[in-house]
Amino acid sequence: MAKRRGIEVSIAIAEAAALAEVDVVSAYPITPQTHIVEHLAELVANGELNAEFITVESEHTAMSAALGASLAGARAFTSTSSQGLALMNEIVYIASSMRAPVVMALANRSLSAPISIWNDHSDVMNERDTGWISIFANNGQEAYDLTFMAFKIGEHPDVLLPVMINFDGFILTHVVEPIYMFDKEEVEGFLPPYHHPYVLDPERPVTHGPVGLPDIYTEAKKQQEEAIRNSRKVIDAVWKEFDERFGRRYNAVETYKADDAEVVLVTQGSVTEAAQVVVDEMRKQGRKWGVVEIRLWRPFPFEDLKKALCNGSIKCAVVLDRAISFGGPLGIVMSEVRAALYNLSDRPMVVGVTAGLGGRDIRFDEYVRMFELGEECLKEEKEPDRVIIVGLRE
Amino acid sequence: MKMKEKPKWYELLPGAVIDEPGNSVFYKTGDWKTLKPVVDKTKCIKCGTCWIFCPEYAYEKDEYGYFNPNYDYCKGCGICAVECPARCIKMEREED
Repeated sequence: MAKRRGIEVSIAIAEAAALAEVDVVSAYPITPQTHIVEHLAELVANGELNAEFITVESEHTAMSAALGASLAGARAFTSTSSQGLALMNEIVYIASSMRAPVVMALANRSLSAPISIWNDHSDVMNERDTGWISIFANNGQEAYDLTFMAFKIGEHPDVLLPVMINFDGFILTHVVEPIYMFDKEEVEGFLPPYHHPYVLDPERPVTHGPVGLPDIYTEAKKQQEEAIRNSRKVIDAVWKEFDERFGRRYNAVETYKADDAEVVLVTQGSVTEAAQVVVDEMRKQGRKWGVVEIRLWRPFPFEDLKKALCNGSIKCAVVLDRAISFGGPLGIVMSEVRAALYNLSDRPMVVGVTAGLGGRDIRFDEYVRMFELGEECLKEEKEPDRVIIVGLRE
Repeated sequence: MKMKEKPKWYELLPGAVIDEPGNSVFYKTGDWKTLKPVVDKTKCIKCGTCWIFCPEYAYEKDEYGYFNPNYDYCKGCGICAVECPARCIKMEREED
């Protein structure tokens, strides 16, 4: 039986990679991710994990080496944050395009400048269109479970895509949480060995990453797009199997007290649980509020989101963005939610808010303000074009 | 798998992998060039420097030990002409 124990979330995430018996860890330290690769380095050095730990000179190389290892048939893991991910960007796109099922633990942190080591989602949103499966965790347990499951999803022969698990830097990485940690025997058989069908092998030579002339490139991209869209079946199947075996359920879109809610806050990451606390408190005062969380970011869960938001009760969905699209409507998630509902006649009003940038705490009254903004917009029957920044000094 | 010249998207291997080794010989790049190397065999010392430096492996050794450019693949970069220690390779304009 799994033991629940107090453990720093970063260490738990490293243990999830070790539980998956990764063959190669290729990573560079960066705050707030460092404890993850430090712990993996320790496990390798102590002989507790039989893996190659590649100490690289940059994140660009971290991803390059992980990509090469993955195509050579090794289970490859890396982890980064913020500037590290930005430096990796070139190879992040290539890893998915070359169908290398690398798993990356991404401790979400804001992008410079000004320099900020603290949490928001500007790093992951900058990588939105790189073709990775992208999943958000709300707490340490989820980060641990989802990291472990990421290997099974990405390496599935029908998927062969890299997977990034998002969890908020510091807010999750540096706290000690009670987490059910698996023994090796408990997960026996859950994660099959990794086989890439076109592995690099001198006995059976293949070319990875060839030139794609204009006659080929379009077809290659269409194939990649189909692959990530189809990965949804595998994601659902893996989450279902995990639930049946270990009793923890994960869904592409999670709802909290949304069935009879009039206003919901649409969230990603650790703000979800904070918003749930606010909803619990404010329901005591008769406010019909709820929370809808987009856990699966890519492939985007269009149908699940429509089902969650168009439930006949919700009149306004306030989308909380933790990053800014400059010169656009500001809210990246808000735009996607609005677009997903665009052709539905019975859709709720979609209002965008942004808060918690660069590690700023979102206070209880600020969450309340977000829900109330939704109520005000409903009253005025006006859907704002742009996101409203909550907690801004002005 | 022999690759079709214009495969449909679902006919490509994942990640556009090529599992037919050496199939780049089917792609002739010779018509990219404007200048072609011409070897003066009266000066050639059969050292093979052109063969070593050619980035396209376009030089082939014949039965007499001379190295001759294969114009189907030579892109006309001129590296051979620069490197030739006997100065026996001249780049000449290709005429249609």
